[in-house]
Amino acid sequence: MSITVNLIVNGKAVTQTCPENTTLVELIREKLQLSGTHVGCDTSQCGACTVHMNGRAVKACTVLVAQAEGSDVTTIEGIGTADDLHPMQSAFKECHGLQCGFCTPGMIMAAIDLVNRENELDEQTIREGLEGNFCRCTGYHNIVEAVGNAAARMKE
Amino acid sequence: MYDFNYHKPQTVKDALSLFKEADDGIYLAGGHTLIPAMKVRLRAPTDVIDLSGVDGLIGIREESGALVIGALTTHDTVATSEVVARAIPALNSLAASIGDAQVRNRGTIGGSVANNDPAADYPAGVLALGATIKTDRREISASEFFTAMFETALEEDELIQSISFPIVESAAYIKFPNPASRYATVGVFISRHGGQVSVAITGAAATVFRCPEMEQALSDNFAEVALDSIQLNADDMNSDMHASAEYRAHLCVVMAKRAVASMS
Ligand SMILES: Cc1cc2nc3c(=O)[nH]c(=O)nc-3n(C[C@H](O)[C@H](O)[C@H](O)COP(=O)(O)OP(=O)(O)OC[C@H]3O[C@@H](n4cnc5c(N)ncnc54)[C@H](O)[C@@H]3O)c2cc1C
Ligand code: FES
Ligand code: FES
Repeated sequence: MSITVNLIVNGKAVTQTCPENTTLVELIREKLQLSGTHVGCDTSQCGACTVHMNGRAVKACTVLVAQAEGSDVTTIEGIGTADDLHPMQSAFKECHGLQCGFCTPGMIMAAIDLVNRENELDEQTIREGLEGNFCRCTGYHNIVEAVGNAAARMKE
Repeated sequence: MYDFNYHKPQTVKDALSLFKEADDGIYLAGGHTLIPAMKVRLRAPTDVIDLSGVDGLIGIREESGALVIGALTTHDTVATSEVVARAIPALNSLAASIGDAQVRNRGTIGGSVANNDPAADYPAGVLALGATIKTDRREISASEFFTAMFETALEEDELIQSISFPIVESAAYIKFPNPASRYATVGVFISRHGGQVSVAITGAAATVFRCPEMEQALSDNFAEVALDSIQLNADDMNSDMHASAEYRAHLCVVMAKRAVASMS
């Protein structure tokens, strides 16, 4: 059986019909062909699939499309372009906050939500705020630096 | 994940009748336990009844000496709530310690309590504070609610509407988190009111439990040293790759001491 959902993705109205057991990340990657959002574990652990739903970071592998009905979704494609990077993207680039890049879209979406929510970001808060995102390459050090760096620019 | 019929009722009454009509219905709150369970086919409901559109299940208020939290209120909302901070700040820190930011943005108090995972955090707070679970048909006291591992006093179609916590003089929750999931390897919630102390422990055994030995010792002398001579029996404790039963028994006392220290 199938269900029709209406939502906004990166500012554009989207109407899609898909089986009820479709997850938000499947809709984003397979139907909308926005493959910047990754699937690492598909078990709610790794955070690679993190997108914003109504401004808050969520793991899109653990949200049903039906639950996203009427919501405003932003993916990594929606925050900046290659010529005009989001401050968080620039900071990851400058601080060498990525190696293979697999975790990066999720990391960036989680980090933007963190900066939007927290007034004071020290190293401890950044590390705790990114507990839901795994990186198998960097050892996190440069990611933490990038987020601190971007936070200062985003609050300017 | 097998396919299912999806429903999004707007009233408790409609949710209940959808459940009755379904072959094998299940309520959906934040989905952060249910969806992973459906993916691995531990759950294969025919009908998923999403409670997120039901009126009146979200929100936090203080009402005649109690803090009332709607079942669909997310962990993040509880963690950052000023009403909670004024009434029972230990519940802010309990909610803030659950999983990670993304999990807290979706997971709900009602889902956590209904699920009664042996390592979940909320059951410790609900039991130690002597909370009342309000459902569509009755009020259930915490002491009768958590019956066994992943089991509660809820009837199959019974729907939690809110949880009411009596406001106490002081309380604290300290856990030793599993380093990967942040679930409680052992978590101890202590509440103190009018000379009465209650201690509830999660993560250690098949389901959350009160610890009368610690309660007695702390009622006589509310200090870390009062717990020095307490040794819990490891026979009833969980044992897994993260912690042996003996280690968990030991952690119960260590976490309780830390909770007492944070309240003194
Ligand atoms: C990566 C990860 C880490 C986590 N870490 C922790 C942690 O550290 N500590 C912790 O305590 N939890 C943790 N959790 C679990 C999380 O808190 C879940 O959100 C919670 O257990 C279930 O809440 P939910 O709203 O997601 O419920 P759902 O998954 O929607 O539902 C869970 C069960 O409860 C039933 N249910 C839901 N709402 C109601 C209601 N109102 N009335 C009756 N039945 C209802 C459902 O039918 C279902 O059987 C973690 C989860 C994940 C994915
Ligand atoms: S793919 Fe969603 S959390 Fe890993
Ligand atoms: S950069 Fe490779 S997983 Fe993070």
